[in-house]
Amino acid sequence: MIDTIFIGLSLGSVLLLVALGLAITYGAMGVINMAHGEMVMIGAYTAVLTSLYLGFGLIAAMPVAFLVTALLGLAIEKLVVRRLYGRLLDTLLATWGVAILIQQAVRLSFGLAFFGITVAGLGPGLQNVSLPEWLGGTFSLAGSQISVYRSFIILVSVALAALTWGLMYRTSFGMQLRAIMRNPQMAAACGIDTARINALAFAYGSGLAGVAGVLMAGFKTVFPDMGTPMVVDGFLVVVMGGVGSLIGSILSSAILGQINGLTAAVSNDIIARAIVFAVVIAVIIWRPKGLFSYKGR
Amino acid sequence: MSMNRRQFLTTSAALAGGAIAAPAILPGAAFGADTIKVGVLFSQTGGLSIVERSLTDATRMAIAEINASGGVLGKQVEAVIEDGASDPKTFNEKASKLVIQDRLPTVFACYTSASRKAVLPVFEKRKAALFYPTYYEGFECSKNVVYTGAVPNQQLSNFIPWIIKTLGKKKFFIVGSNYIYPREMAKVSKILIEKNGGEYVADEYLELGHSEWGSMVNKIKSSGCDVVLSNVVGDSVIAFYREFKNQGLSHEQLPICATVTSEIEIAAMGAEYAVGSYTSFPYFQAIDTPANKSFVERYRKFVNDPKAVTHHALESSYFQVYLWKQAVEQAKDTSAAAVLAAVGGQSFDAPGGKVTVEKENLHTALTPRIAQWQADGQGKIVDAYPEPVFPLPYVAYGETQQNLFCTPAGLDSAKLKG
Repeated sequence: MIDTIFIGLSLGSVLLLVALGLAITYGAMGVINMAHGEMVMIGAYTAVLTSLYLGFGLIAAMPVAFLVTALLGLAIEKLVVRRLYGRLLDTLLATWGVAILIQQAVRLSFGLAFFGITVAGLGPGLQNVSLPEWLGGTFSLAGSQISVYRSFIILVSVALAALTWGLMYRTSFGMQLRAIMRNPQMAAACGIDTARINALAFAYGSGLAGVAGVLMAGFKTVFPDMGTPMVVDGFLVVVMGGVGSLIGSILSSAILGQINGLTAAVSNDIIARAIVFAVVIAVIIWRPKGLFSYKGR
Repeated sequence: MSMNRRQFLTTSAALAGGAIAAPAILPGAAFGADTIKVGVLFSQTGGLSIVERSLTDATRMAIAEINASGGVLGKQVEAVIEDGASDPKTFNEKASKLVIQDRLPTVFACYTSASRKAVLPVFEKRKAALFYPTYYEGFECSKNVVYTGAVPNQQLSNFIPWIIKTLGKKKFFIVGSNYIYPREMAKVSKILIEKNGGEYVADEYLELGHSEWGSMVNKIKSSGCDVVLSNVVGDSVIAFYREFKNQGLSHEQLPICATVTSEIEIAAMGAEYAVGSYTSFPYFQAIDTPANKSFVERYRKFVNDPKAVTHHALESSYFQVYLWKQAVEQAKDTSAAAVLAAVGGQSFDAPGGKVTVEKENLHTALTPRIAQWQADGQGKIVDAYPEPVFPLPYVAYGETQQNLFCTPAGLDSAKLKG
């Protein structure tokens, strides 16, 4: 029983890792960022490439991936998203295009493939990252064997959630961001530099996705399409939790993780996935604004 | 590589003119009407291109070798290469192009069953010949296809008894990706498990491409099984083996015995996750014969990659070109009907040993082997059949060598129902 609950917790933490960044870009800024999954993918590739060429471990790759994806996010915000605030559906299409561009860029080794140059760690193939010794294996807890790496992911996601909460509620940046979430025009009228705050928030959300990618690389396959299913899961969490609510995202990822884990244990993963979708649909019918919501833009 | 017809006509006309004007400059080289053209259709792009490109390369290499040693019927062989783009619909369009527009009698094509099913109507309607190199689930009896990969009985009929008798494991946990191949493999496995006095505790499936294995591995752990039979395919394989180790399971106590995990997947997951697990295939890169060593070396040289791996479908892609060559030479005719009639009974000394296309069902007799994966990413052959095993595409429905369902007359569907 303990291992089933643990798996549920672990599934929830993986969901939360992806959803945290989305909770900010979608929740706070009203941008449907389809390229979020590609940020996860870029994070994973950062882990692959830094370990291949610089000998970095998984831990050392995390800040690097954060920086890389945050910068990429900043660039996307400045080039594309900035022009589309308030046009929800257009952001969906535009970021989807960006997502495809990023995927193909990785698949074609940023164009080098055209010249017949193959770069180890890039291209259409499958990549992997090896885990450090101390993160592999298991430890015993009340008679159950618990995976060290999954526990590590839970810890990191909790830490990142706490960090994000601190940023949102304990800093002036967070206060300005929350003001923009409630009412962007009013916030601008009060002297908040909305363009700057939005750009930073987008970069931060993308950076979180990069860190998530590094952790995914430790136990999932790394390949150019890996982000696509993740972004769907991320949106499920954010929509169910309530757009713009951090606590909602945390809670809904925990709930969905447990539902997934328990159903998979009793029947199988395919049914579990169907039930997760059913629950999300039910929640949206019952509370169209999600579990936690408040009036915003 | 491919040309449209106008380009082809102009270039061949120009070359013919050149050949007349300066015969000494082009010694022995054959162009235009003097070549035999064959189609090659695998994915060059898309998700499956990583595997399928290697199949194209192996086919091209066989053609290059044949050309270097004088060609077929004294003519050079020319490959018309198309890209299936990992999409069954594109496969169908490109197959139509090769068969109908280019009028090629023979095409070497397809990796997945989905793409084969998509091109099958083209070949059957136009009476062309398809050489298909992949191991597949059986349950097909087309008279226009030469199947050179393994069918379930060639991967399982040695594997299951060996697991039970040699490894001493009796309780199977069967796990696979949720589509036709793993489900057919599971069906055959269950028949064999019961026949050999074992039992299966579960038969579970995950979506294709699923990468979250936490729950499934946990289930395996608590199921009380002592061996896992895996029919998981594609990138899921990697996530599976990784989760398996991360949850503290070891192949020593609870080995994964797989039917799809090849050298390619092992390289992609990192060999340390697979050390000690088993796979059953007719061909492994590690087969320790001079013929195979030379094959691996030639292939690496051909693709200009000193670390390139060879695998079962790749080996079949290679030797099936030779089987085609022998059929053409015996029939002295390149037409599809002549090739399909002559290819039955052809034997060839492939890198992995002798292979024979069976007259009855145009499937290929192959030698089943079992390998245990080592830390260097290579399989150590721990068991091999003394001789090639007869292919039985309908073994899951009771087909035996004495009672064939797939015969030269076509599928005997009365037997299938009974």
